[in-house]
Amino acid sequence: MSADPVLLPPIANPVRAAFGPSRDDTVVVNIGPSHPATHGTVQIIAELDGEKVLRTDVHCGYLHRGFEKECEDHTWHNLIPYVDRLNYCSALINNFAYCEGVEQLMGIEITPRTKYLRTLLSEYSRVADHLTCVAASLMELGAMTAFLYLVTVRDAMYEHLAALTGARVTYSYGRIGGLAADVPEGWFTRLHEILRDYERYVERVHGLVDRNRIFIDRMRRVGTLTTADALHWGFTGPVLRSTGAKQDLRKDTPYLAYAELDFEVPVGILGDNYDRYFVRMREMDESVYMIRQLMEMIPEGPINVDDRRCVFPEKTLVYSEIESLINHFKLVMEGPVVPAGDAYVAHEGANGELGFYLVSTGEGVPYKVHVRSPSFVHMGGAHRMLDGYQLADIVTSFGSINMIGGECDR
Amino acid sequence: MYGKQLPIVDATRSAPTAAGPGGGTAGKPATFEYLTTRKDELVGWARKFSLFPYPFVTACCAMEFMAVSASSYDTDRFGAALPRFSPRQADLLMVVGTVTQKQAPILLKVYEQMCEPKWVMAFGVCASTGGFYQNYASLPGIDRIIPVDIYVPGCPPRPEMVIDGIMRLQEKIANGRHPIINDRF
Amino acid sequence: MTAPIFADVEQTLRQQMVTDTAPNDETPGPLSPSRPVRSMGVRHGILVLELLPEALLAVARRLRDTFSFDLFLDVTAVDWLGQTPRFEVVYHFYSSTHHVRVRLKLRVDESHPVVPSLTSLYGSAGYMERECHDMYGIGFEGNADLRPILLYEGFVGHPLRKDYPKQQEQPLVPYRPPQGALVR
Repeated sequence: MSADPVLLPPIANPVRAAFGPSRDDTVVVNIGPSHPATHGTVQIIAELDGEKVLRTDVHCGYLHRGFEKECEDHTWHNLIPYVDRLNYCSALINNFAYCEGVEQLMGIEITPRTKYLRTLLSEYSRVADHLTCVAASLMELGAMTAFLYLVTVRDAMYEHLAALTGARVTYSYGRIGGLAADVPEGWFTRLHEILRDYERYVERVHGLVDRNRIFIDRMRRVGTLTTADALHWGFTGPVLRSTGAKQDLRKDTPYLAYAELDFEVPVGILGDNYDRYFVRMREMDESVYMIRQLMEMIPEGPINVDDRRCVFPEKTLVYSEIESLINHFKLVMEGPVVPAGDAYVAHEGANGELGFYLVSTGEGVPYKVHVRSPSFVHMGGAHRMLDGYQLADIVTSFGSINMIGGECDR
Repeated sequence: MYGKQLPIVDATRSAPTAAGPGGGTAGKPATFEYLTTRKDELVGWARKFSLFPYPFVTACCAMEFMAVSASSYDTDRFGAALPRFSPRQADLLMVVGTVTQKQAPILLKVYEQMCEPKWVMAFGVCASTGGFYQNYASLPGIDRIIPVDIYVPGCPPRPEMVIDGIMRLQEKIANGRHPIINDRF
Repeated sequence: MTAPIFADVEQTLRQQMVTDTAPNDETPGPLSPSRPVRSMGVRHGILVLELLPEALLAVARRLRDTFSFDLFLDVTAVDWLGQTPRFEVVYHFYSSTHHVRVRLKLRVDESHPVVPSLTSLYGSAGYMERECHDMYGIGFEGNADLRPILLYEGFVGHPLRKDYPKQQEQPLVPYRPPQGALVR
């Protein structure tokens, strides 16, 4: 312990700031990338005049894990776990959006049971994501109780999804042409219980927070956006809806079973943080309403399409018939052969328009898989919500964008 | 692949690390060794039950970190609940999630800013070995840049597994040496 | 059944389309600055336009102002290694009033992979063009800020190009020797 002091070599700086201090009395501070309120890894270089933020430079990319390059090395099936880890708070939505892209390229139409199940699970994932976002934002404001309540509900949902898919957070449940497995016994009964628990806890959070003087003072008229501004900077999802624009892909370009469901699209008034909080809370309620409708509507039937180009044959057949054995072998070794072409499929993710642009050259391995990630585009426009407000408002505004690192940096 | 051979040790014999509590004190009176051992037990007990984690949170494992800190699984029972977001005040660096090449300098900086004694937990398989991201962007395990005390694999690990990791780390702390005045006592 | 707005767009751009070419023809017709649109077609509900890079700004401005494609979704590139021109830059736009999408595709060559930037039309183009530049090395003329966004300062090369090996790491922090001992 009593060694001579060693002069360590300087540690490299991975980014270059866009600006330095513009006046004598301003200071440039660095927030992140390891910071409690930056939800993962984002660096905000802010020029401050006292407590007021003059301008910000948002640096993401600290979680760039090479998703697109990895995808070019794996078969269309094998990259489903990578897709999960994009928006890891609502992993099932990524699964289903990607699978729909491949199904569009292959010209497959999924079975009715899968269609309703996928819709139900997408909404379930959306609830989990909004719970996480609201819980984290409230915790950063100091409302630890609300965080604990919401995470309790989310934990029950994770255990419930683990009974269905085998994993709590990153499920890899979607398959090209269907789903991995069917719903087990008693799953829907438990779902009813969880939705009742959800209502109990969310009611308490509403009571704690909605008309709380401190909450309103910190969130009202902070991080305001107008609709034109939001569209210009590419915002979609709850952020765009909080400005008053009734834009929702589930209503405007219905996919899966959304055309048959009765639900509202909640919109905000001012486009500030309070509106975003409320839009998310209302969206969760609408999702729960949709889940209840869907539970009545799910028909019986197979979950996987009867198409041997992408669906694995039954194991009993694999061990007894040569055709199934070869089919299984080809699907594992070469991957499902997807006809050449390109497709763009977008689903309404929890943060906005989550799009997959897939390029195929007729092989079992994709030529390119590109994700149009809402969080990344929101980072480009984040400075509109941060500039001109106080330093402490960066925490609330950034939390209300719900930047998910896996989706932003891919 | 590493270019340097690791020493191979027989599991039946004890590891050839620096000697256990008391140090190689040949010729030291037994009372001194007794005092050192008791001091180590006391300080180890105190340190293991008041861990202040620095949650270096990056990716999906954050969801399980939130779950393990919340009421269902609760790290507060182990004394490891209160996070300290300043490296100067923390003693357990929990690296939660993938560390990329871009993030590596920041991780190294945070680790170097922490004061002794400090321990490092690699939470999740991406922090342990790089996970299934074997490409240009992702660091293949944080032990390439900082020493790690406990690896908790899983993608992401279940909260029970994280708690198991914390308990094993507590055992390691309890059985370790804790020099508080100089390097012998 | 295609959206009516697509018929309007196609009609407007038809006089800029190359003559003597069927919509899905493989062989490119004679492209020129006055006839920069190679092909137009609707695939899976999205109108796909293939055009020359020089025409991008004019067409994008037309789409935004006349046909209200006000949301710029995405710009990315595809590396067709072995073909000339090598890179295909792909744009997606969305109309919040008509609820349809348009895809624009341009081809640029390896020797001069530069396309005009859309930052003058859409603010969201800034970060997306930075990412495309990072990953493929496509230059965006008019975008003043092309600093690395997903990669870091000092990274050499463009990883999503097909000739960049997947596991070629460029560490910022030198790796330390492995710790511990192998126990038998």
